[in-house]
Amino acid sequence: MTDTERDAVPDSAPSSLPDSVPSSAPSSAPDARLDAAAESQAQLSAEIEAGHEAYEKGLAQGAPEQFGPRLDWAPYRSSLLRHPTKDLHHADPETIELFAPVFGERDIGALEADLTVQHNGEPIGERIVVRGRVVDGQGRPVRRQLVEVWQANAAGRYVHKRDQHPAPVDPNFTGVGRMLTDDDGWYQFQTIKPGPYPWKNHFNAWRPAHIHFSLFGREITQRIVTQMYFPGDPLFALDPIYQSIQDARARDRLVATYDHDVSQHEWATGYRWDIVLSGAHRTWTEPEDSDE
Amino acid sequence: MSDMGGDAANGLLPPTPGQTVGPFFGFAMPYERSNELVEPGTPGAVRLHGIVRDGAGDPVPDALVEIWQADPAGAVVARSGSILRDGTFTGWGRAETNREGGYWFRTLSPGATEPGRAPFFAVTVFARGLQDRLFTRAYLPAGPETSEADPLEGHPLGADPLGADPLLASLEPERRATLVTAREPDGSLRFDIRMQGEGETVFLRYDHAPADQVSTDQVSTDQVSTDQVPAAGRDGAGA
Repeated sequence: MTDTERDAVPDSAPSSLPDSVPSSAPSSAPDARLDAAAESQAQLSAEIEAGHEAYEKGLAQGAPEQFGPRLDWAPYRSSLLRHPTKDLHHADPETIELFAPVFGERDIGALEADLTVQHNGEPIGERIVVRGRVVDGQGRPVRRQLVEVWQANAAGRYVHKRDQHPAPVDPNFTGVGRMLTDDDGWYQFQTIKPGPYPWKNHFNAWRPAHIHFSLFGREITQRIVTQMYFPGDPLFALDPIYQSIQDARARDRLVATYDHDVSQHEWATGYRWDIVLSGAHRTWTEPEDSDE
Repeated sequence: MSDMGGDAANGLLPPTPGQTVGPFFGFAMPYERSNELVEPGTPGAVRLHGIVRDGAGDPVPDALVEIWQADPAGAVVARSGSILRDGTFTGWGRAETNREGGYWFRTLSPGATEPGRAPFFAVTVFARGLQDRLFTRAYLPAGPETSEADPLEGHPLGADPLGADPLLASLEPERRATLVTAREPDGSLRFDIRMQGEGETVFLRYDHAPADQVSTDQVSTDQVSTDQVPAAGRDGAGA
């Protein structure tokens, strides 16, 4: 890698901008002082592999399966100073934590589930429909709850003012959507397939194409923000964020499937992605409907 | 693959994993007045604010803080309107941090949902560099006991409300302090969040709750209609 090659991604962003590397490292991560731009994908991939090997070894020795991402995961450099060092403290959920905010039709505009109609013209890119069902750990639908999505455009560019990636902004695409799940827990929205996105975690770092999701369950302990990915992405193995989930089966749960039944004739291809919200598992009795 | 089958040890479907909120949620997640649970001038309105810091003590300018709380009477609110923000108190809000790591909410002080329990805001934290959301609690500080004359002032449990709380009682004093808001001279509540290092905030994991711990009749199920009529004595509207 030469310095000239390194200029392929302009580094005009001051150090306070997203995904720069902290200038000082916590004592728990002595190797964090390396200059990120000088770190190669090979080095990151080796770190990822070492982490996963340790996890597999633990499983073999009877350690429990991990369903979520690892908070203390050095390959994602921005996390070095932003993960708790103490174990999460057990708490019995109190009443307020066993409920979640209520969202209703009056909170959501009719067109917010269509990310392709928010401007005067058609956005450029591959039109897709994403559909799935939100359920709790017992498989029961999570009804009438808010789903928020946001994403880059087809060129891998976010509208966010701090996105410096020199790819075109699409004047007809913002990349933000909102919807409620229906009475059976289904959500569906229409959008443009996002492109992969370069970032500054290390040299020549690329994020697989993804859509950010934010969901509320029936209780705040089910609150989740996550990312949905597309099947067969060659960038999966290289991505420290996706690979922060140590368990291979858990990683698969973030990948949508192409679903021909969701595709629409001469209009859009379709993807199916179901979501399981698992919280403190209160035995749920449906309250009086307090919303429209 | 989005298989709905699973083999979670507890017989539940395996949960969808979380992922970081990333650096670019600012154009999508915060919305107009998302951090204003009540309008300026609402009786009993309080400002809850603080700074989010990382392991080096530096401000975190790209974090997102959400609160979820009972109303001043200790009732769980089940009303829509958190995004519409038409004056309905919904108990939920969202704030992004600014360049100096600061966030703020305008809200009402939560009441205790059960007698003898210390009231708190349930807080969820997201940030670039944070792989998964973190849960914590921001308890009201100890203070003079609430009086009937002024139900929105003071603390329902009097001078030492916090010693009786099971979570706080389970923590060393130094750790416990990270969960308690401080009353500022201007009456506001300050709750700083330290993601890592010295004074690291206590973050929570919730486990199975006994099924009989909660009954749904604690939820206020006021009919919500498009012509909002605030119930007297609630939302500070008739107090």
